[in-house]
Amino acid sequence: MRKLALFTMLVGTAALFWLVWTTAFPPIQATVKANENASGGEPVREWEISVRTNEHLSTLWEREGLTAAEEADELTLLRRLSLALHGTIPSLEEIRRFESDGRDSRLDRWCVEMLEDPRFADYFSERIARTFVGTQQQPFLVFRRDRFKAWLSEQLKENRPYNEMVAAMIADQGLWTGTPSTNFITHSVVDEQVDEETLAGKTVRAVLGQRIDCAECHDHPFADWKQSDFRGLAAFYGQVKLSPFGVEDDPKRGYVLTENDESVEFEPRVPFGEEWQPDGETSRKQLAGWCTHAENRRFARATVNRVWALMFGKAWSQGAPYFTAVDDLPDPEPRVAGEPPETLLDLLADDFVEHGYDLRRLIRVIAASDAFRRSSRSSVEDDRELMRQVEHWAVFPLVRLRPVQVVGSILQASSIKTIDQNAALFTRVIRFVRENDFLREYGDLGDSELEERSGTIPQALLRMNGKLVQETTEPNPFTAPPRVTFAAADPETLIETCYLICLTRRPEPQEAEFFLARWSDDDAPRPVARTQDLFWTLYNSPEFSWNH
Amino acid sequence: MLHRFDSFLASRRRFLQVSAGFGVSLMLPALEGRAAERRGAERATSLITLWMNGGPSQLETWDPHPGTVIGGPTRAIDTSVPGLQIAADLPRMAERMKHLSVIRSLTSKEGDHERGTYFVKTGYRPDPTVTHPAIGAVVPYQLGTDHLEIPAYVSLGGGEWPGRGGYLGDQHDAFRIFEPGNSIQNLRARVSDKRQERRLSGLDVVSQTFRAQRQVQAERSLHGQTIDKALRMMSSEQLEAFEVDQESEATLQRYGDSSFGRGCLVARRLIETGVRSVEVTLSGFDSHANNFETQTARCEQLDPAFASLLDDLRERDLYDSTIILCLGEFGRTPRINGLEGRDHWPGGFSCVVGGGGLKSGQVIGATDPEGEQTSPVDPVPVQNLYATILQQLNIDPAEELITPIGRPLAICEGSLIPKLLVDAG
Repeated sequence: MRKLALFTMLVGTAALFWLVWTTAFPPIQATVKANENASGGEPVREWEISVRTNEHLSTLWEREGLTAAEEADELTLLRRLSLALHGTIPSLEEIRRFESDGRDSRLDRWCVEMLEDPRFADYFSERIARTFVGTQQQPFLVFRRDRFKAWLSEQLKENRPYNEMVAAMIADQGLWTGTPSTNFITHSVVDEQVDEETLAGKTVRAVLGQRIDCAECHDHPFADWKQSDFRGLAAFYGQVKLSPFGVEDDPKRGYVLTENDESVEFEPRVPFGEEWQPDGETSRKQLAGWCTHAENRRFARATVNRVWALMFGKAWSQGAPYFTAVDDLPDPEPRVAGEPPETLLDLLADDFVEHGYDLRRLIRVIAASDAFRRSSRSSVEDDRELMRQVEHWAVFPLVRLRPVQVVGSILQASSIKTIDQNAALFTRVIRFVRENDFLREYGDLGDSELEERSGTIPQALLRMNGKLVQETTEPNPFTAPPRVTFAAADPETLIETCYLICLTRRPEPQEAEFFLARWSDDDAPRPVARTQDLFWTLYNSPEFSWNH
Repeated sequence: MLHRFDSFLASRRRFLQVSAGFGVSLMLPALEGRAAERRGAERATSLITLWMNGGPSQLETWDPHPGTVIGGPTRAIDTSVPGLQIAADLPRMAERMKHLSVIRSLTSKEGDHERGTYFVKTGYRPDPTVTHPAIGAVVPYQLGTDHLEIPAYVSLGGGEWPGRGGYLGDQHDAFRIFEPGNSIQNLRARVSDKRQERRLSGLDVVSQTFRAQRQVQAERSLHGQTIDKALRMMSSEQLEAFEVDQESEATLQRYGDSSFGRGCLVARRLIETGVRSVEVTLSGFDSHANNFETQTARCEQLDPAFASLLDDLRERDLYDSTIILCLGEFGRTPRINGLEGRDHWPGGFSCVVGGGGLKSGQVIGATDPEGEQTSPVDPVPVQNLYATILQQLNIDPAEELITPIGRPLAICEGSLIPKLLVDAG
């Protein structure tokens, strides 16, 4: 009996050890997928629009007398893409795979594959959710943010045309659980009533990329929005009612305001482009049709501007000639028939409309542009001249990573394998818990995440002394430092591996020299601690927490 | 009691040696003397906000209506101000009301916790196009914080929505301390000084490489300066202000054995050190059910802590230079609901304010004892309260600050409350 118990215990221990070991040390495959060595296949870059985009940029730079920065190296571009599309730096596993990918235009192909990866849909759906409903979880009962985000994620996975997604959010009927697009409507509910003003303001900002909210109380001080425009738009939501069947439209209802003790009903009315407003059905469907009409250039311009912001960390409108926030675009310039678009924003917006509001295509086009591929290094020494380079996208801007990208990168760097849907459940659960803990302390910017923000002292303290960095670098079977320490043949390889994991590049000669000399000096702590210290150093470098 | 701060002093000395070695830019200012040692007009002015999170019931605190239908079982007691009664759950405060003013007619239009908090902390209603700074952030921003190595705006005791820097920038957000009196999170290096030195010297090399050909953009990122400030704070003697170990057991007991009590004690220590703005949060006022027990339990923490803070500020000659304000995001309904609770009531609620040379020993405004009138007598919009406080702190409330998109916005759109100003007689 005792032998049996002993045997069971041994088997159990071995099984547990195997489980932990395989979780911690999964085989690292530096090989590429079976079809990755094949050259050819369907073209992955939209040549015509890419050529036009780059011509536009080179003309702009020439006109401004600017010398564009060199093209960034491929690993830097891979890092930018990974941060933009998945919210993390690439894993060592991905870097190895990328470097052994022998296909032509491998970066373009990787962009396509990254867009097909479920991490893209997850990451981008959260960004779109923030644009439309913020990060709030309330009101309870009638608002289910989780369903809304999951719905967006599904649409992105199916690559549903973006105009259809937006129209569904504005006009769908049904329960917030069964028809999750309706959560855009219910997120505005206050005291069991839909807030038409909130929805009108959100629609203009999120869909048209402009601001009308000031006109709620008075005519807009800068732009050409009048209070009557605001009320006319708000009135499109006046028919909405909440019932046991969810969001419905009641033609008998209207948008009523009380002024000087008198109730005044306002009729739905668009501020311009009446001809784009479709007839019939509900007023919300009319609004959705008007907002997403092919000739309503504001919609495509707003979408391009926001996607650009998610790719660069900075909206196109924040550069020349607008210098405005992502949702504060000026009115489009009138177009001259037969003339090419005045701005790159219009060029890309036209292409977006012509190609069926395809978000993935838009992302590929931006990723292939010369602007996205510029280095963030510039040989220009004059401050003002350099800033002009930045304003005209002739050099890649340095932009602080969003908090979710910082934590995503720390967590990814702590694991050699890619943390995705295929990662062990245990790894994903730990990631979820740690991410939330970190964000609570680091500060989540909510729906303002595309604003330019400065770093704070608590953030610096959290990166230097916080639990997450400690836990993800401490020597245990689940973190990268001990694994790379034991696997590396020599200190050079080890230092290079740490750099690849954390900064997606190899050390420069002066860095390699410094850390190698450090590695062998008498004061050096034991090997794993040395690696841990190097990880700490790289995590706290500006390069780690800035997009470059 | 072992003094944990010894290690900080040691590490400060060690840190100076280390930083001199590899050129981290540290110009440590002379250590600030205690505020109590400075007198006269040059003395810094400060703001302490005791934030009653969840919406305290005015009827169970500063505006009881005993013997009425809406009053419930709450009793009232006399105070040191003739004719002024407050809830019997606040006996220590009752003795000290002559040093404060009660406003019983604060008004807001925001009945939701988050929106109400935003409004009462900033003086502005939520606006999707701009995030306003909390008044607590404006005070240090406008008054300056020379010689301070620790944050000038500190929030003690949690709360879901601590004061933000808004359009002034995230660097003006309140520095949050979740457990006042305990060690501050993330302030100690996780490794020995020697290893920290190695880590930082490596950081210098990696940062220099990154700056090559990115000098201007990298400098504008302020990354290096933020790390420098964090390192400076980690080794600052001023961190002592966050510790309560040096306080006697009697003092700790006087403030009350609660997170809020320790928060008020730390607030006093921070003000002494030169911090301009402190927010101490007491949570749990959202009494939709069992209102009376809930409010009583909160008052048991509020009463000793507030009273002791008041005593200590006065004793240390800091009261004339420090405004203390106690309020929440709204009040609670006069009507008692079926669960013996009270719901949200932004239409007429109370706050207590004093110090900083404000007039004291008075009541402003009144609510209807029958609870039928929705508007109080002599209503005071929250922004008027802030305009008055700012004016008293030598900050012009009408001054316009420029938001990042170039929009000029007044610090506060309220008008002064003459009754709070001594000159008004």
